Amino acid sequence: MNSLAHHLPALQVIVPMLSAPLVMLLKPSGLARAAATAASLLAFAIAIAMTMGVLDGSTFTYRMGSWPAPYGIELGVDRFSALLLLIVTGASSFALLAGRRSVDADIDESRQPLFYAAWLLALAGLSGIPVAADAFNVFVFMEISSLASYVIIAGGSDRRALPAVFKYLIMGTIGATFYLIGVGLIYLMTGTLNLADMELRIHEVADQKPILVAAGFITIGLALKAALFPLHVWLPNSYTYAPNAVTVFLAACSTKVSLYLLLRFDFFVFQGNLAGHDVQFTYFLMPLAVFAILIASGVALFEQNIKRLLAYSSIAQIGYILLGASFVTVAGLTASTVHLFNHALAKGALFLAVGCLATQCMGLRLSDVGGMAKRMPWTAAAFVVAGFSLIGIPGTVGFISKWYLITAALEQGSLGIALVAVLVISSLMAVVYIWRIVEAIYFAEPTSDLSSVREAPLVMLVVTWAAALANLYFGLVPEVPVTLASSAAETLLEHLP
Amino acid sequence: MSGSDLIMLALLLPLLGAVGIAAASRFGANAREATTLLTAAALAWSVWSLVPELMQGGRPSLLLAEVVPGIELAFKVEPLGMLFAALASSLWIVNSIYSIGYMRGNNESNQTRFYIFFAIALAAAIGIAFADNLFTLFLFYEILTLSTYPLVSHKGDAKTVRSARVYLGVLLTTSIGILLPAIIWTYFVAGTGTFTVGGILEGKIAGPAVGLLLGLFVFGVGKAAVMPVHRWLPAAMVAPTPVSALLHAVAVVKAGVFTITKIIIYIFGVDFLFSEPSSGWLIYVAAFTIIAASVVALRQQNLKRLLAYSTIAQLSYVVMATAILKPLAEVGAAVHIVAHAFGKITLFFAAGAIYTAAKKTELHQLRGIARRMPWTMTAFTIGALSMIGVPPTGGFVSKWYILAGAFQADNYVAIATIIASTALNAAYFLPIIFMAWFLKEDTAPAKEHGEAPFAAVLALMITAVLTLAFFFFNGPVLELEGQLVRTIL
Amino acid sequence: MELLGLVYYWVFAILLMIGFYAVIAKRNLIKKLIGLSIFQAAVFLLYITMGKVDGGTAPIFQDGVSLYSNPLPQVLILTAIVVGISTTALGLGIVVRIKEEYGSIEEDEIQERDRR
Repeated sequence: MNSLAHHLPALQVIVPMLSAPLVMLLKPSGLARAAATAASLLAFAIAIAMTMGVLDGSTFTYRMGSWPAPYGIELGVDRFSALLLLIVTGASSFALLAGRRSVDADIDESRQPLFYAAWLLALAGLSGIPVAADAFNVFVFMEISSLASYVIIAGGSDRRALPAVFKYLIMGTIGATFYLIGVGLIYLMTGTLNLADMELRIHEVADQKPILVAAGFITIGLALKAALFPLHVWLPNSYTYAPNAVTVFLAACSTKVSLYLLLRFDFFVFQGNLAGHDVQFTYFLMPLAVFAILIASGVALFEQNIKRLLAYSSIAQIGYILLGASFVTVAGLTASTVHLFNHALAKGALFLAVGCLATQCMGLRLSDVGGMAKRMPWTAAAFVVAGFSLIGIPGTVGFISKWYLITAALEQGSLGIALVAVLVISSLMAVVYIWRIVEAIYFAEPTSDLSSVREAPLVMLVVTWAAALANLYFGLVPEVPVTLASSAAETLLEHLP
Repeated sequence: MSGSDLIMLALLLPLLGAVGIAAASRFGANAREATTLLTAAALAWSVWSLVPELMQGGRPSLLLAEVVPGIELAFKVEPLGMLFAALASSLWIVNSIYSIGYMRGNNESNQTRFYIFFAIALAAAIGIAFADNLFTLFLFYEILTLSTYPLVSHKGDAKTVRSARVYLGVLLTTSIGILLPAIIWTYFVAGTGTFTVGGILEGKIAGPAVGLLLGLFVFGVGKAAVMPVHRWLPAAMVAPTPVSALLHAVAVVKAGVFTITKIIIYIFGVDFLFSEPSSGWLIYVAAFTIIAASVVALRQQNLKRLLAYSTIAQLSYVVMATAILKPLAEVGAAVHIVAHAFGKITLFFAAGAIYTAAKKTELHQLRGIARRMPWTMTAFTIGALSMIGVPPTGGFVSKWYILAGAFQADNYVAIATIIASTALNAAYFLPIIFMAWFLKEDTAPAKEHGEAPFAAVLALMITAVLTLAFFFFNGPVLELEGQLVRTIL
Repeated sequence: MELLGLVYYWVFAILLMIGFYAVIAKRNLIKKLIGLSIFQAAVFLLYITMGKVDGGTAPIFQDGVSLYSNPLPQVLILTAIVVGISTTALGLGIVVRIKEEYGSIEEDEIQERDRR
């Protein structure tokens, strides 16, 4: 068993990656789905195993082919990576378990094995990023996951997904290419791609222009992938028109991974080495984060389509994450990283509930879901619980994030008070837009005959409620995510001068 | 049973009761109602069992979890909390009896949902009463808001939903927007949020910041209905009367003023606040609320709305009394929580009885109604006299203590306000009593009616008796609150 | 002057901007993809340029040669080229599907059709 534990980082990526072609070959779609779900759950188990390992204090390092670093390719899992792996594999597993109806509705049965194969490739790519310890591998995994994501987003029956995914493809590729340029410039100056090695070598050349330019390119490239305002325009339509199961998966984790990468790269490589970088970081990110929070929440207030409303809400939440990071303090980074986890839980649960609604409603506009709560009480209640988590009602994970974020903001003195006001205003906006949906589900007049509406299938309900209850559980017993997050924050800040 | 076990029991019973109510509803309405009453009785028993330990000076406590380092889910029973918990749990029994009469008499729909959320709201009230720190209190405060929303929006029609939206909107906006920052600020400067005798802020905060923080707390606790965050209370009048009774007497507003009082005593500290001049504005704001609400009440034609504004004024009695920052006034504040509860619940029960029996809601429709509903109107009269503060009702006791405290502090603003508002109270209550008893009906009612259903009448007689009894048997309450005073001096 | 030695970097920058411009400014989806390809090709050029060592030869072991160019960027770029091809292929596939669904591959016409 000892040797198996040693291989876990590699297995985390290999399991989904090798399952993908296998799944593609399985003809009956039910078998393909079962195999994909099994692979995803196995990946989740691996992530949990590694999390337990890192909570004990150890970190995993793995050298591919036993080539020593920095010549060989290294994989590494520490607490920050473990947090992300939990999010990615968990989101995939939950979405697959609950996604049968959505996939059946949107995708031809004969094409489903291909769909699931693409899903697993996306999972492999997204799992690879937290695990990789050198910059170029990250690029490869990033593109694997992006390309596979484009496939599964566009796979559905809504034709509007196609222009949406085209825009995502263009913007995502530009982002990845910018990242590549940045990595190239760093390689030019330091001669290494291994992150740990980079950090040492960059010290000697830190005051030269290419490093600064590289920092800029990498930040912008990853910001594009992470949907940071104003580079977020690909997100709303992609999430809205993708099949519901895909939205659950991607909304919970795709931008989070890019944010993880941005933070790790920035803090590991740049912060300690570029003079005044922390100030630049703060003054660059903080206003963008504030704009993201306020503007995206504002748009969500008026949005009629539930999925798009939640997508804009996600853009605002990404703003929260970056706001915490822009403080460059332990409290701020803890808030930021714990919100990576918490938002995945909250948004995942919300989109799962939306998926349940979609099995019975004609469409997903506010006018389509009127009065559904009478016939789908469990779904509606799950939506309410997840909504509370998004708003930040105490007892939910959303509250934990908000608490940490406000505490971190208060440390900033008078600027902090203004930021607290921003956080409060956006929480109130969240109350309004969540409430609009809840009110529609519970009180609005039904626009169509409800007599044939039944509660969502049991499996979907169980998964949705598991996600909703996880919001409550980790809201009252947040030990594990908070430990991982605060370690992550400390690790990131260690690299500061 | 140890104190902490009893606390755990008190928290769990209403929640288990909610589940039980849901299950029992399968076996019919009677089974469901029986479950409610049983749960309420059990809750009252477990809460009252804590009294002996408390009278001897003990402070039972319970630590459930440490959510985040420095923030715990913890409970501790102290005199003020005991008062609130005992009040809420006891009145729940009476309110349940009344609800049975009212809901059945009006053939209300969704009764199971009603009883379930009522139970959850009570659990939240107990959580607030026994909370040992600001986080726990805030958690249960929000649960109370959320669990009472289905009760307020019970009818489900468009107007009700709109008003319920105001209810939720004001309470959530104030709690998330104002109270939460205040709580976090407190944790930030004091390092803790635990309620401590003598307060935790002395030395940590000074000058205008004190006044500001106090303001955030007072306006953040929207449930205390200090103007201008009072709008939710008239809006909530669309709820069925048992819910109004719950809101006004049993739980919601009481939670509000209880919270403010607790924060002033155990977070700021009475002496600290007294020594800080920036806190002086609170008395004036409370006084303004009292007078303004009373004036608005004068102009109301709808009985429930009149009672709503009367409550807003009465709540600010408690706030003002607390703000006087003298021991006698603090006792008066605590006692007024009880006295007002008894009186107001009687008035609401009576209003609901009138609606159930005669479908009447406006003041002018009440001419001569005492002839048909003598028991109801007797109770109403007692409740009204308690509001005005006439002996031998409970309202007199609390007014006495508040006045004594005001004299002790030489606070002429408070004294003048009390006198003026007493006059105003008389001005809007006495005409109703006069009309009901001494005038003849001018139009015959659409349908002949007598008294309201028996359960409703029984309930309102009980609360009327309690209102009177409080005048005579207030010893234990005074002794308990005396403990409070002795510890804060 | 250094400038001539840096000519490849200049080409890189110019190609980058041409590609970027095409992506942003062109309405036709295929032209956007072409722009994207040019954009990526510029980056390939950057990497290969930085791998070239003055006087070095191809990085394959040979007797009598002591100076080789850096093989690593070339390998990286092979990977990146594959990624680029996949992206272009996928993009073109999406364009075909868009043509099937919308009957046009001009961005403004597609938006027009969706608005209705």
